[in-house]
Amino acid sequence: MPDPLPTDSVGIVTPQTLHFDTPITLACDQTLESYDLVIETYGELNADATNAVLICHALSGHHHAAGYHSREDRKPGWWDSCIGPGKPIDTNRFFVVSLNNLGGCHGSTGPGSTNPQTGQPYGPDFPVITVRDWVHSQALLADRLGIECWAAVVGGSLGGMQALQWSLDYPERLRHAVTIASTPRLSAQNIAFNEVARQAITSDCEFHDGRYYEHDTLPRRGLMLARMVGHITYLSDASMGEKFGRELRDQAYKFGYDAEFQVESYLRYQGERFSESFDANTYLLMTKALDYFDPAYEHDNDLAKALLRARCEFLVVSFSTDWRFTPARSEELVNAMIAARRKVSYAEIDAPWGHDAFLIPTPRYTAIFHSYMDRVAREVGA
Amino acid sequence: MRTDLKIIEQWISAGSHVLDLGCGDGTLLDYLQREKRATGFGLEINPDHITTCMGRGVSVIEQNLDTQGLGNFEDHSFDTVLMTQALQAVRRPDMVLDEMLRVGREGIVTFPNFAYWRLRWYLMRRGRMPESETLPYKWYNTPNIHLCTFKDFEALCYRKDVRILNRTVVDGEHQDRWLSRLWPNMLGQIAIYRITREES
Repeated sequence: MPDPLPTDSVGIVTPQTLHFDTPITLACDQTLESYDLVIETYGELNADATNAVLICHALSGHHHAAGYHSREDRKPGWWDSCIGPGKPIDTNRFFVVSLNNLGGCHGSTGPGSTNPQTGQPYGPDFPVITVRDWVHSQALLADRLGIECWAAVVGGSLGGMQALQWSLDYPERLRHAVTIASTPRLSAQNIAFNEVARQAITSDCEFHDGRYYEHDTLPRRGLMLARMVGHITYLSDASMGEKFGRELRDQAYKFGYDAEFQVESYLRYQGERFSESFDANTYLLMTKALDYFDPAYEHDNDLAKALLRARCEFLVVSFSTDWRFTPARSEELVNAMIAARRKVSYAEIDAPWGHDAFLIPTPRYTAIFHSYMDRVAREVGA
Repeated sequence: MRTDLKIIEQWISAGSHVLDLGCGDGTLLDYLQREKRATGFGLEINPDHITTCMGRGVSVIEQNLDTQGLGNFEDHSFDTVLMTQALQAVRRPDMVLDEMLRVGREGIVTFPNFAYWRLRWYLMRRGRMPESETLPYKWYNTPNIHLCTFKDFEALCYRKDVRILNRTVVDGEHQDRWLSRLWPNMLGQIAIYRITREES
């Protein structure tokens, strides 16, 4: 943690675990009898409970979106650039709720949790969770927190899909949905990349059909590969070129198969670090949730038809070099909103960092986000 | 409130669904939303304008008319399509006109009159491309690549079977003066046209 603490940081934050005993039935028809959700909150809920903002995380995200857990923390939460006093999601005005989704591996009930029926970790028996299930559980979380209607539900990538799903499943319970660097459904190419990641994990001999906990091991190699391939899709050719180019770790070629290029050692390092901190079953589950997401599916593949039930206003933002969820995918979403006559604003931000750009503050991105959220705050009297 | 916007407002019926091409900072849409319960969208490419629109609750879509067109809008999906002071800046005004009247039942277009007497006088006296308060650019850096006169526009409408429902001619301050009504193509600076392709 920097000393002194920047004035626009939420400072030291403490996660809380909320236990839910009412069974929740999932899209796959399975039921979780009880579960935990880990959350963090920043800012104060106003007397009318109108100023709450829900942050939905992406594939490898979690509840720790802003601030620091301790003075020793080197890095703040994953979206600290956008959440804090005076930042686009201004904690002086909003009460911000960030959670670790069901199926996650950062404290909320997931494949690594103990299955009450067996006394063993769920592992592969943990049900496959969909975006709709997450939104359902988030609505129950809102009930628990006394939030009838969110001022905004906000998310990037997979988080943006949750914001969109919110607008369809609980149209009266949010005023605004902000979907950043997202898509109304995955393309065949997106699913293909996810399948490579899953194959990498499941073919690791340490995977043990997902019961690696009992074998006291981790499918590190598989998860590392999955992360490496995923990571490539989060960056752009230009940003990788800028960061690494063809730079070598040593002066000359060694004519071997070790990591010689900087980009190789970077990817290996990122993959290894990730494989130590993330659960492989959760990774499988998250990629599946991505693949299944398709709100138009139940409406004759007509997204505009699906959107007719939405009541909130939308902000959609894309990034010029994002090739995972390209601006064209966001425009598909925007055009369906236009056809359904929903209120929507859209901007394509020029940024070189590919999909990851949604995590990186740039002047225009920040200005737009600020301007929109400022209006949301005024609207709810925050 | 700018006078031209006031004139436009009279031509928009309450509760209309409106598309504003080149909506700027959203002043007009904001006004129509509040005063006319209008709904709809603005298209804009200027980043600062887009930010301002978002801050005031105007639905704004970042979309470039020249490169992206209006293909993402369905036929007759708007009551009125507006275009204030931008027709002269697009690559193909004739095609934009077609598109406006495809997606909207009516169109409202405003543009500067290149046959305004001061511009004629400027060209005649100096032999240089006219510059004025309404057209404050050099010939090489002007965004106004398709300047025309009222007569030119009306000839285009005639050729395209576009009916002119109303026309108001105003001066640089957007005032409707009797002189410019008398001899519009000479004395009018800005024209506001209300057009349609529908039968009366």
